[in-house]
Amino acid sequence: MTSSDAPLKTPKTAAHSYDAIVIGAGHNGLAAAAKLGRSGRRVLVLEAANAPGGAARGREFAPGFRSAGLAHLVNRLDPEVARDLGIALAATPGPAMPTAVLDGEREPAVLRGAYGETIDGVTADEAAAFSRLRDKLVFQAGVLKRFLRRPPPQLGAIGIGDISTLMAAGFGIIRKGRAEGRDFLRMLLMNVADVADEYLDDDRLKGLLAFDATLGIHLGPRSPTSLLGLYYRLTGEVDGKAGGQFIPEGGMAAVAPAFLKAAETAGVTIRCGARVGRILADRGRAGGVVLADGSELTAPVVVSAIHPQATFLQLVDAAETGTGFLRSIRHVRSAGNVAKLDLALERMPNFSGLPGRDHAGRIVIARSMTHVENAFNPAKYGEFSPDPVMEIVLPSLADSTLAPDGACTLSALVQYAPYKLKAGWETGKPAFLKIVIDILERHAPGIGATVVAANLSTPTDIETEYNLPGGHWHHGELQADQLLINRPTGTASGYATPIEGLYLASAGAHPGGGISGLAGWNAARHILAGGSR
Amino acid sequence: MNALTKPANATDARRAARSHILTPRLETPFHPRLAALDEVNDWYNWAGYKAPHALFDEELEYFAIRSTAALFDISPMVKYRIAGADAERYLNRLTLRDVRKLPVGRVHYTAWCDDDGHVLDDGTLFRLGEQEFRLCCQERHLSWLLDSAFGFTVEIHEETEAIAGVALQGPTSYAVLAEAGFAGVERLKPFDIATFAHDGGTVTISRTGFTGDLGYELFVPRQTALSLWDRLWTAGDGHGIRAIGYAALNRTRIEAGFIVANADFVTAEGALRADRVRLPDEIGLDWLVDPDKPNFNGRRAVLDARRNQTLRHVLVGLEIEGNVPAEHAIVYHRGKREAGLVTAAIWSPTAKRNIAIASLTRPYGTRFVDDLWVEIYAMRELKYQKMMKRAKIVPRPFVKLARRTATPPGLR
Repeated sequence: MTSSDAPLKTPKTAAHSYDAIVIGAGHNGLAAAAKLGRSGRRVLVLEAANAPGGAARGREFAPGFRSAGLAHLVNRLDPEVARDLGIALAATPGPAMPTAVLDGEREPAVLRGAYGETIDGVTADEAAAFSRLRDKLVFQAGVLKRFLRRPPPQLGAIGIGDISTLMAAGFGIIRKGRAEGRDFLRMLLMNVADVADEYLDDDRLKGLLAFDATLGIHLGPRSPTSLLGLYYRLTGEVDGKAGGQFIPEGGMAAVAPAFLKAAETAGVTIRCGARVGRILADRGRAGGVVLADGSELTAPVVVSAIHPQATFLQLVDAAETGTGFLRSIRHVRSAGNVAKLDLALERMPNFSGLPGRDHAGRIVIARSMTHVENAFNPAKYGEFSPDPVMEIVLPSLADSTLAPDGACTLSALVQYAPYKLKAGWETGKPAFLKIVIDILERHAPGIGATVVAANLSTPTDIETEYNLPGGHWHHGELQADQLLINRPTGTASGYATPIEGLYLASAGAHPGGGISGLAGWNAARHILAGGSR
Repeated sequence: MNALTKPANATDARRAARSHILTPRLETPFHPRLAALDEVNDWYNWAGYKAPHALFDEELEYFAIRSTAALFDISPMVKYRIAGADAERYLNRLTLRDVRKLPVGRVHYTAWCDDDGHVLDDGTLFRLGEQEFRLCCQERHLSWLLDSAFGFTVEIHEETEAIAGVALQGPTSYAVLAEAGFAGVERLKPFDIATFAHDGGTVTISRTGFTGDLGYELFVPRQTALSLWDRLWTAGDGHGIRAIGYAALNRTRIEAGFIVANADFVTAEGALRADRVRLPDEIGLDWLVDPDKPNFNGRRAVLDARRNQTLRHVLVGLEIEGNVPAEHAIVYHRGKREAGLVTAAIWSPTAKRNIAIASLTRPYGTRFVDDLWVEIYAMRELKYQKMMKRAKIVPRPFVKLARRTATPPGLR
């Protein structure tokens, strides 16, 4: 499947002509390819790296220690996509993966079940209040969810399907009565801080909601519309339960192979080490690609499952798109704000007050809403948080092959770490790493002495490693102005682009990032349905 | 303020930085000559410049264009210098016509659109070298041009202020140039460009104009503007040269059937109302669109509109009975159904006809071409005299002069 020794200057023969070429073997590219392949089309996936998986591509970050990539848990794999493509990723049977919130003082608050069906470490009243809020948010997220599995409505060409979805959403809103409907419209564009304050007292729970609402988004909990991020999180489901999360059997390293298998089963050819140099287009019609080595491959359908900016600013000749379109693509906000830390540890760390089995869960360090807000403030001015918030997972607990016997790996998503750091990441990185390790030391005393190797990927590192402009794993900010009919930008929001035959299928397309498979699957279904703009 | 003396404090610095508000109307490089010749003090604002509407008499100025030679200051015209390895490719994506077919030393009339195919402006593109162009137009487009440059190796400079331009138009215009010593100018065919020595530098002369007559446009750095004016003025002494204002020029451009941005159509970036924008085919510029050349801004929208027959307007020439100009009159079909609007109209002294340019809403002007009427309101001593006049669609130009294209041109 991998071949970096592609022949040079290939003639136009059947061997170099396909029904569809997918650029990028990330999970969305593979999902799109699988869906297209299952329709009987000859599909080729081209991947620049030497292995498929995209941001879920594993790598050795220290001798003997591996990281499974950017994502360290699954919380929104779409069940319809998984069923349709035969992607067998499931949680290990047993209790759901918990989330523990650490504030460094009290015992951890541990949310069990799907997003805190029960909570340890808080009062019964607080748990009941959280349950009321959770039910409300899950209901509201459910209204929005129906928009995720279909292309956004195209203004000027609203179809019957769009109207029925909109009507279904309308009925969904008033299903629980007028008061619930009104509350939904009231809350939709609120900030998560005000909503949490309405329901909760416990700072740890508020801190968690603030963290989950803003992770990967350039917003603080008090920024307007920050609740959308939490809705997005809660549109994800695991085993039919909203807000769940899991690490599949075999660990996160099983994710890429599962999508790869779905594509290969569908008869898709996958070539790794085959970097696309240019997308061929003439007078507004795509016709194939030219690889970096100069060989030409033709197909009437080209599906770009990489960042929309990488697609249009690097691969498509500017002359083939309009000035206005290119301007809007250049204006897509895609500056990442999260750093990924991979730690190689001599042994398993021990987080204070956290029961041993909960170390296999998700651990969030966020003292309060204010903590998250204060962590965000410097990011507005191009500085990293001196007191960041983070989400931690110990991947080697689920996949023992990631670390040598007895040793352990730790993966953390740390924010805020702005892509455009004023001081530059060259000097910023060691300083930020020290801050993060110090925080870990406070919550897991002794951890610092067991660090064998530390690998911090700043947004600039993520940009380079995964060819992600801005190092943004959503391929563009997931905010109100870049959603639905504006994702990534108006005239390319329905997977089709102004260039006929060229489609977008990455997280930069609707509905956005996270391992859901929806962007790729939706794009492929749109192509199979005729693919009109 | 002397650039070398530092402002005393922040307030002075701010005042110095906004000194432009003291001269709200700029003066063109030719202004001293125009001001000296001016008899009627009838100025208007052309793109921020003080420009003459008329200098002595609109009627006589018109006949200077058609009978002798007229000098018209075109310095306020917006000018961009576009140069670089990708200049041709860049302009081919920007504009409607195929720039690959424009040889060095030639000019072509063209237009450019936004992504939706709506016309941003029209203008003339001068190919000064293999990789060097000048784009002249009505409106300012620097941000659009710069944004369009993404992905191209090209440099764009606004040179409106740095370059002075003057149009020399009329049957004796060649005689004036010959008298002024521009040897070889007789070889210029319409839309040709050549450079000549002038005042220690050069002058670029193109056989172009906005009058439908024999004529030339001359461009020089602003420093040599006055010496160029004087050279032409002296040479034109025996050839009836006159300086003219826009009112006279406007009459000739209507006779020639030329359209003016934001007079005969609203430019896409200037339109406030969503239905005022126009596709090229809706303002008579369909002939500029080249579907066979590489992709260009608006291509898909224009071709889609043609295929789906969603074009909504059409620009036509009208000949109207009587002799009262029908400016901004409403056009009716069968005298009652509103069909469009007259955007420009005059009594043409040369054609001896009452002519107009009108924008009609399709199918009027395409399927329904007969039984058109215009409703003219003529103010006669505080009372409108309402006239319903029969109008006939006629081809443009309304006035076609053999001397416009004759090469070598005549001396009188």
